[in-house]
Amino acid sequence: MDARDRIDLTTGRGLMACPRCDALHVEEELQPGETARCIRCGGVLAKPRGGAFTQLIALSFTSMVLMMGAVFFPFLEISRMGFGNATSLFGVGMAFADGVLLPLVLAVMVMIVGLPVLRAFLLVYTLTPLAQGRAPYRHAARAFRWSELMRPWSMAEIFVIGTAVALIKVAGLATVHLGPAFWAFCALILVNVASRGFMCQTTIWDAIEDAGLPTDGREMVEGRNG
Amino acid sequence: MSEDGHPAPILTAHRAGLLGCRSCGRVWPQDRQTCDRCGADLVPPDRRGLQKVWAWWAAGLIMYVPANLFPMMRTQTFAGLQGSSEATILQGVVELMHYGNYDIAIIVFVASVVVPVAKFLAIAWLAMVAGRPATVEQAHTRLKIYEVVEFIGRWSMIDVFVVAILSALVQLGFVASIHPGPAAVSFALSVAFTMLSAQSFDPRLIWRGLPLRSRTATEGQD
Ligand SMILES: [Zn+2]
Repeated sequence: MDARDRIDLTTGRGLMACPRCDALHVEEELQPGETARCIRCGGVLAKPRGGAFTQLIALSFTSMVLMMGAVFFPFLEISRMGFGNATSLFGVGMAFADGVLLPLVLAVMVMIVGLPVLRAFLLVYTLTPLAQGRAPYRHAARAFRWSELMRPWSMAEIFVIGTAVALIKVAGLATVHLGPAFWAFCALILVNVASRGFMCQTTIWDAIEDAGLPTDGREMVEGRNG
Repeated sequence: MSEDGHPAPILTAHRAGLLGCRSCGRVWPQDRQTCDRCGADLVPPDRRGLQKVWAWWAAGLIMYVPANLFPMMRTQTFAGLQGSSEATILQGVVELMHYGNYDIAIIVFVASVVVPVAKFLAIAWLAMVAGRPATVEQAHTRLKIYEVVEFIGRWSMIDVFVVAILSALVQLGFVASIHPGPAAVSFALSVAFTMLSAQSFDPRLIWRGLPLRSRTATEGQD
């Protein structure tokens, strides 16, 4: 079990570089619950959790269902002097579909609905075969990389805080009631937090590689998972 | 994970003549263009990458000026009979304080003024000192600042969402209506551009030219 035999300083085989400080580390299989930190900057390199793939798939499905509710159920109800207006996010999007502000509304909808749903879908696509011990689907690596690129741009949690601020701003103008969609969004945040706890990119990359996504064949040499 | 727990000198991928993938961590020979594992482009950690940081930074700063000068939203009551009011970001904060909503005023002020300005300063400073000699402690501080900037930048979008929600939901027509102003768009763009600027910054530059020994002999391994 000598790591020195597996590493190759000319091709980089068996090595991992910290994405934050470039320090080289020898790849080692971690047990669930262990944490690998960078020896130089102290950043977390890998933190596998037992059963993480199944949990992530379940959480992704949950978030997709919640997002459906969040889009089509009433979000806020507002009334003043007898004139009331209940609207879903979908209705809001439709109402602005022909205005000059269409780009802004479109961008907002993408950030709070489109990207979270797409990320959940990509994660399910990547992880389902891996959780079942099968070979990953085609382009699984690209799917997972894109889902990671989208992470900072999916802003459902910021949107909920924005809603709270908006409620207080409008409180003087009219009476506002929170609709079921608002609570779906709040639940989404909890799901996202749980999902982040199970997420370990390094483990997923290793799993994609080990499960036989065609790379340069180095995964055979490392002989993970038997 | 490495070096068997001994406080051995750290070897960086760059020093070893290798290239690490920023997306998945896999290490490749230096002449590689893309990572075979994840498909990401491989970028060497040098100061040339800072041009992109500065370009997005400038774009974000340019958009931040109209975001503060123009109204964020326009409120109309009774179809203008009771008058309409326009509010820039700062006027909105003042208005909130006027009605006694100090906590919300602080949230909005921090999200749309303090965070963007601090972010511009932090990214500019990081880009200026990147690759310059530093002590290990300074490098740790800079990395911490970078992580904070990366984490907090997206929260500036709050004010854009507030305007979008308000204008969308207060479609009471003849009773009251709220419309987004031009500042909403330029503020959203400013936040997006600064996020791109922060993402283009390569944190590995912080550590370039540092002595290659771990900080202390004992720490570094879990
Ligand atoms: Zn990679």
